[in-house]
Amino acid sequence: MSVLSHPDRLDMLLVGVGGQGTILASQIIGRAALAAGYDVKMSEVHGMAQRGGSVVTHVRLGRTVCSPLVARGDADVILAFEQLEALRWLPYLKPGGTLIASSQIVPPVTVLAGLARCPDDVPSYLYRHARTLEVDALDRARACGNPRAANVVLLGVLARELPLPLEVWLRAVRECVPERFLGVNLAAFEAGYNYRDG
Amino acid sequence: MMMKELMTGNEAVARGAYEHGVLVGVGYPGTPSTEILENFARYEGVLAQWAPNEKVALEVAIGASMAGARAIVTMKHVGVNVAADPLFSAAYIGVNGGLVLVSADDPGMHSSQNEQDNRQYARFARVPCFEPSDSQEALDMVGLALAVSEEYDIPVMLRLTTRIAHSRSLVKLGERRLPPRRPYEKNIQKWLILPAHARVRRRDLEERLQKLAALSETVPVNFIAWGDRRVGVITSGVAYQYVREVLPRASILKLGMTYPLPAGLIARFAREVERLFVVEELDPYLEDFVRGLGIKVEGKEFFPAIGELSPELVRAGFEKAGVLEPRGLPVLDDLPVPPVRPPVLCPGCPHRGVFYVLGRLKLTVTGDIGCYTLGALPPLSAMDTCVCMGASIGMAYGLELVDPERAAKTVAVIGDSTFYHSGMTGLLHMVYHKSRGTVIILDNGTTAMTGHQDHPGTGRTLSGEEAPVVDLEALVRALGVRRVRVVDPLDVARLTEAVKEEVAAPEVSVIIARRPCTLLKREPRRPVRVEEERCKGCRTCLKAGCPALSVREKKAVVDDVLCSGCGLCVQICPQGALVGGGVVGA
Ligand code: SF4
Ligand code: SF4
Repeated sequence: MSVLSHPDRLDMLLVGVGGQGTILASQIIGRAALAAGYDVKMSEVHGMAQRGGSVVTHVRLGRTVCSPLVARGDADVILAFEQLEALRWLPYLKPGGTLIASSQIVPPVTVLAGLARCPDDVPSYLYRHARTLEVDALDRARACGNPRAANVVLLGVLARELPLPLEVWLRAVRECVPERFLGVNLAAFEAGYNYRDG
Repeated sequence: MMMKELMTGNEAVARGAYEHGVLVGVGYPGTPSTEILENFARYEGVLAQWAPNEKVALEVAIGASMAGARAIVTMKHVGVNVAADPLFSAAYIGVNGGLVLVSADDPGMHSSQNEQDNRQYARFARVPCFEPSDSQEALDMVGLALAVSEEYDIPVMLRLTTRIAHSRSLVKLGERRLPPRRPYEKNIQKWLILPAHARVRRRDLEERLQKLAALSETVPVNFIAWGDRRVGVITSGVAYQYVREVLPRASILKLGMTYPLPAGLIARFAREVERLFVVEELDPYLEDFVRGLGIKVEGKEFFPAIGELSPELVRAGFEKAGVLEPRGLPVLDDLPVPPVRPPVLCPGCPHRGVFYVLGRLKLTVTGDIGCYTLGALPPLSAMDTCVCMGASIGMAYGLELVDPERAAKTVAVIGDSTFYHSGMTGLLHMVYHKSRGTVIILDNGTTAMTGHQDHPGTGRTLSGEEAPVVDLEALVRALGVRRVRVVDPLDVARLTEAVKEEVAAPEVSVIIARRPCTLLKREPRRPVRVEEERCKGCRTCLKAGCPALSVREKKAVVDDVLCSGCGLCVQICPQGALVGGGVVGA
């Protein structure tokens, strides 16, 4: 099944914690979408937030795209690398949109130091407000040889939901990932792509 | 077939500089401008350099232009404050080869200490300004700016904002065309502005600006897209994209050249539309100009002057103005607010040791700009001030000047790159005035915050060549500091000792806390282990604020993916429950 109800426009957010690899994932999406003939705009976060802060990448595909930012309440899909960030950005999802979320929770240092609290039972909120696909991306990536490839596992899950052909995705992964990490990342992508099959 | 690529605005500016024959690119790293020069440096046949600061960068570029080559200078918005001195004079003297200053502004302060609208600088310094709205325009406007610079004998500002610099969109690639080098001829009436020459150049500048104002009326980057004439919108930069998104049928006057502004074009547009709006990010720069022409216009009452615009803010503005029906999004009011997630020092960051020690010694810490500003956040909470590049040193001395006792309770903390940028002169001032103060230079051998750029202390240049390494101890001594010592920032006992001694010493002292940024040295490390029977769950180790460390059910837990084995927590735990760490094989 595809989340693309109107294939001439698709708005996505990739959200996570600085250092989790949102930018690589968005670059792969951009390449793939381009190869499939879409106009693409994306907006990234560089600089200070990349040091473990909250980060978001906007990705927009369509015939012609104007704004590089997705408007609040317009995202067709949110790909969340971490659950507190999924919660933070949930208001950007449009009613009926899809959330693909890693099951990982990374508590901010303020929480670790006992200066702030995490809300209880985050997944229940996510399930209540969105068509949610929860993915144990970290474990899957570890099984593929490197927990840092969790981003590409999630990308694989997303790829299955989008109307782009598999070859286009695989080519984009090959073009964006450095040679020495390619094996792990292709395995991670496949693990994500086949995730729904069990 | 024409090659098309998805590029960030920064990559596109670099590409534009390459295609349009720029020989020299200079700058100082600063978000959101950094990747321009990094990308420019990858092209064949260019000279790309990091300068110690933006003023030097612009001066090098002025020289390169004088020698007849095309040059670009890149910096973030606050960098233009540093480069403002040469900029204002450069407008008088003009150019030989085309000279473009790229200012990357940061509305919303994603990675900055302030927001400033540098279109104001263009007007203030009297240099033309171009503002792209996507990557293709960014590429093309570099070419336009260079041509205008040469034809009108003036440096040109290309003003980006974060959402242009760091957004990707499609770009058509072209070939590099290298213009012939223009010969340099001695001409002190132009290049040497003592008052007699400057008075002549001042008048000449006004003539050049009048010609540029005429250009602004006809230049294709200022254009009208007619639509429904009931609403007309004047806009520039990324705001243009939001307006097109939100009001696809409105008439739009899109301004790509925003200094000098086209008074005639604006007046003509205003006459033809029923309601006239200006939608722009930050200052009411266009709006004030339009109003100054005696034209009725609406803008900042609907579109905020503080922070970034976004499609939803532009929509909300037009809803408030009665142009659009309210859309009414569902409110998710039962959603809990997740805890904020500010950035943190990386696990294994050498700075963490310094702020842990300074916090324990309860010193007043004047801080500076870099990753280490994060030492101000809890739980480290060990910084009192941050103003601008280099301010830590002058401010520490100012405190001491008024309250001499304070010297024994205050340290200035500044990174290596920031010290070379603008810390040295402050230290010279301290020596000159017999300060008793203490400066800690956090020497992690890189410009970390912006993504690890080289500087005069790294032994490498932007183009990857080996370079002489500045001898920091000798440099500090040469400034007149006698008490100079080097300490490992992750050695808590030695560092504590050193800081106590130096703040007590009756003369100015410098402690160099030296250890490479943990992201630079990628040797395999052993994570720390927890000996559970020893751990009492006292949470003392959490005072270091390391993201790899937590206490769950009264036992410390180390995240072995994140932990770099730096050993700081091992020294902090009073029970000896944290063990191991260090470099594998050492
Ligand atoms: S990048 Fe380097 S300097 Fe910056 S926080 Fe991480 S370890 Fe520290
Ligand atoms: S050794 Fe301790 S302080 Fe250092 S990175 Fe590991 S957990 Fe953090």
